[in-house]
Amino acid sequence: MVELTRRATFSASHFYWNDAWSAEKNEQVFGRCANRNGHGHNYTLEVTVAGEPDPVTGFVIDLKWLKDVMEREVLSAFDHRHLNLEVPEFKTAIPTTENIAIAAWKRLQPALAGVDLKRVRVYETPEIFAEYRGEA
Amino acid sequence: MTGYFGRRYTLSASHRLHAETLSAEENRLAYGKCNNPHGHGHNYVIEVLARGPVDPETGMVVNLVVLDEVVQTRVLDRFDHTNLNLDTLFVHRVPTTENLCRAVFGLLRDRLPSGRLEYVRVEETENNFFQCWDAEGEMSPRGQ
Repeated sequence: MVELTRRATFSASHFYWNDAWSAEKNEQVFGRCANRNGHGHNYTLEVTVAGEPDPVTGFVIDLKWLKDVMEREVLSAFDHRHLNLEVPEFKTAIPTTENIAIAAWKRLQPALAGVDLKRVRVYETPEIFAEYRGEA
Repeated sequence: MTGYFGRRYTLSASHRLHAETLSAEENRLAYGKCNNPHGHGHNYVIEVLARGPVDPETGMVVNLVVLDEVVQTRVLDRFDHTNLNLDTLFVHRVPTTENLCRAVFGLLRDRLPSGRLEYVRVEETENNFFQCWDAEGEMSPRGQ
């Protein structure tokens, strides 16, 4: 079994806000991220799949195909967008790095039918990241 | 829904790799340049991964500010700009990065504000890193 990871980057804006809370509580919990005018990041998306290398091609998966799937399913929706305002998942969920990783997984998984998707990792900055492995 | 949240920190420290039970010659053979009696230093990167339910109210596995506080007080304040050999954890234990990794795991385990500690990775340089999922037996600095 070999794991293979492909990276891609996207840039987006967001803010953290829970509508069920008061403004004071939002500011207390989320700090600067609660600024309703939003702020942005250069995100890195890492998608890891696993499998046996094909005996003929030596590929676990065609990287170009994986790149196209990531572009079509995730980057075209997230890149240069305001996540809260323009991405349907974040009408209800707060676009934290954790929730972005979950949303990316849910977008990728149906398009990767037959592929052993191991994890999706999203870096918000080079020092901050979240991961989702499909666990309930 | 179970998710993971990771954060990378840096600390600078010196160390010397020298095993009490080996002769001077054996130490030189085992550790090479790292056995220099005067020690040497690294900019370490400490990567911490927390695992837990994504809180539906906050969208978070762990609050970054609280995690930072725990890592700062438990690990960075202890090791940053110090000589690792002089730390009580390394009096009878060689401060290799393997051992530092386990020590950090033990210092953080059960201390996260939420979720549980999935792994600790310590990068000694850009070209080598160590990762552990437990602090194992005597490596555990619990109670310290």
